[in-house]
Amino acid sequence: MNDLQGAFVQAVGLVATADPAVAGIVLLSLRVSLAAVAVAALVGLPLGALLAVARFPGRRAVIVALNALMGLPPVVAGLLIYVLLSRSGPLGSLGLLFTPTAMVIAQALLIAPILAALSRQVLEAMWEEYAEQLRSFGAGPWRAVPTLLWDGRFALLTVLLAGFGRASAEVGAVMIVGGNIEGFTRLMTTAIALETSKGDLPLALALGLVLMAIVLGVNALAQGLRDAAQRSLG
Amino acid sequence: MFRRLLLTAGLALGLALPALAQDRSITVASTTSTEQSGLFGHILPLFTRETGIAVRVVALGTGQALDVGRRGDADVVFVHDRMAELRFVQEGHGVRRQHVMFNDFVIVGPAADPAGIAGLRDTAAALTRLAQARAPFISRGDRSGTHAAELRLWRQAGVDPASGRGAWYREVGQGMGPALNTAAAQGGYILTDRATWLSFRNRQDLRILVEGDARLFNQYGVMLVNPERHAHVKRADGQRFIDWLVSPAGQAAIAGYKINGEPLFFPNAAQAEPGI
Repeated sequence: MNDLQGAFVQAVGLVATADPAVAGIVLLSLRVSLAAVAVAALVGLPLGALLAVARFPGRRAVIVALNALMGLPPVVAGLLIYVLLSRSGPLGSLGLLFTPTAMVIAQALLIAPILAALSRQVLEAMWEEYAEQLRSFGAGPWRAVPTLLWDGRFALLTVLLAGFGRASAEVGAVMIVGGNIEGFTRLMTTAIALETSKGDLPLALALGLVLMAIVLGVNALAQGLRDAAQRSLG
Repeated sequence: MFRRLLLTAGLALGLALPALAQDRSITVASTTSTEQSGLFGHILPLFTRETGIAVRVVALGTGQALDVGRRGDADVVFVHDRMAELRFVQEGHGVRRQHVMFNDFVIVGPAADPAGIAGLRDTAAALTRLAQARAPFISRGDRSGTHAAELRLWRQAGVDPASGRGAWYREVGQGMGPALNTAAAQGGYILTDRATWLSFRNRQDLRILVEGDARLFNQYGVMLVNPERHAHVKRADGQRFIDWLVSPAGQAAIAGYKINGEPLFFPNAAQAEPGI
C-alpha cells in the first residue's frame, strides 16, 4: 500500500514539475508510437479494406494468418527486426539498429496485422450494406477500397486507437531493437523496466501511472475529435 | 477522396516522425552494472563536454555486450569478464583490451542467514556451506560477467551447483537488478557486484554477508570493435573515448563517483595488461 501511495505522489510530482528527462521520454514514446501507427496504417488499412471487398482464392487463409499474427509475441518481432537491422544482417548497412527508427519498424510490424484484421472486420460489415449501391455506380472492388476507407473513417479511428494502445504498451521489442539508450531510445515502457530492475519500484509505478494517463489522454482526444467531426457533418 | 486519405496519412507520419539530428556520437555496449549504478550518468557528460562526442550506451550482460560488438553493432565494448574479453580480442573482434577500473563482488543474503555464512572471508567455504544447507541461491544464468564470476567461484569451491537445479539453485536468466529483486522476494543468497548493490533500492532484508576475499575482485576492461572487420566502426571517436577513460581526466572522473560518500569503482588503467 505504501508503495502505491508513494508511486501516486511521485507520479503527480513528475507531472507537476514537468521533469525534463521524463518529458523527453514521454515525447519520444508518443512520436515512436504515432509513427508506428501511421506506417502500419498505410499498409494495414488498405489491406483490410481489400480483404473486405475482394474475393479471391486463399482469402480465408490470409485472414486466418492475419488473425494469428495479431498475437505475434513482441520478443519475436523484436528479434526478427534485430537480426535484419544488425550490422551483420541483410539491412545492416542502413545503420538503423539502436535508433528510434528501428523501434518504429518493430512496433509497426506488431500492429499492422492488428489494423488489417480489425479493419477487415469493420469494413466487411459496411461493405455488405454498400455493395449494391457502389456496384450500381460501376465501382469494382479496387475503386471501392478508398471509398470504404473514407466512409468508414470514424469506425477505423477505434481500430487505430487499438493499434496505438498496443504500440505504446509494448516493451519487449523496443528494448531489443532500441537498446534503451538514455536520451535517445529510452521510452516510457523501457524506462519502467529499467527502474524496476534498479529496485526503485515506486518510481517505476509512477512512470506507469504517467503512461496510463497519456494513453487515456490520447484516447479522449481522439474521441473528442471524432464527436466534433461527426457533429459538423450533421 | 483518395488524395484526402493520403494527405491524412502523410500528415500523421510527418507529425510523428522524430526529427533526427545527425550529431557526433558513438555506441558503447556495456554492462548493466556500469549503467544502473549511475557511473555513466556521472562520467559521460564530462567526456561529451570535453569532446563534443555523445556516447550512446546499450547496457546488457557482458556476454550479450560482447555479442553486440561481434556483430558490429557497437563501436566500443566496456565490460567485466577478462577471460571472455581476451578471447574476443584474440578472435579478432576487438582491438587491444585495456584495464579501466575495478570493484568487487559481494555475497548478499537474508539477514536471518539460515546457512550461517555471515562474516566468512573465504568465498569457497561460504559457497560450500550454502550448497550443504541447500539454501536458495539466485544465479544470473545469463552469461554476464557476474554469472561467469559466480561459476568460477563454484568451481573453486569444488561444488557443482547444477546438482541443485530445480531446487535450491535458481537461474533467472536476467540482469543484476531483476535477479536481486528475485533474491529479495525469495529470501535467497546471490552474488552481486558492489556498485549495483549500493545503488539498488529494493533490498528488503538482504544484506552483505561475505566480502573482502581476493577472489571477489572484479576487473573492467575496454576495447574498440575491430574496424577491419566492421568498416563502419567509428574508429577515431571510439578510440578517443577509450583514451579518455584511461587518461588522468577519465580516471579521476571514475574515482569521483560516489554514493553516500562511498566510491563504487576504483580506476586502475595504469596497470597495463601484459601481452595484449
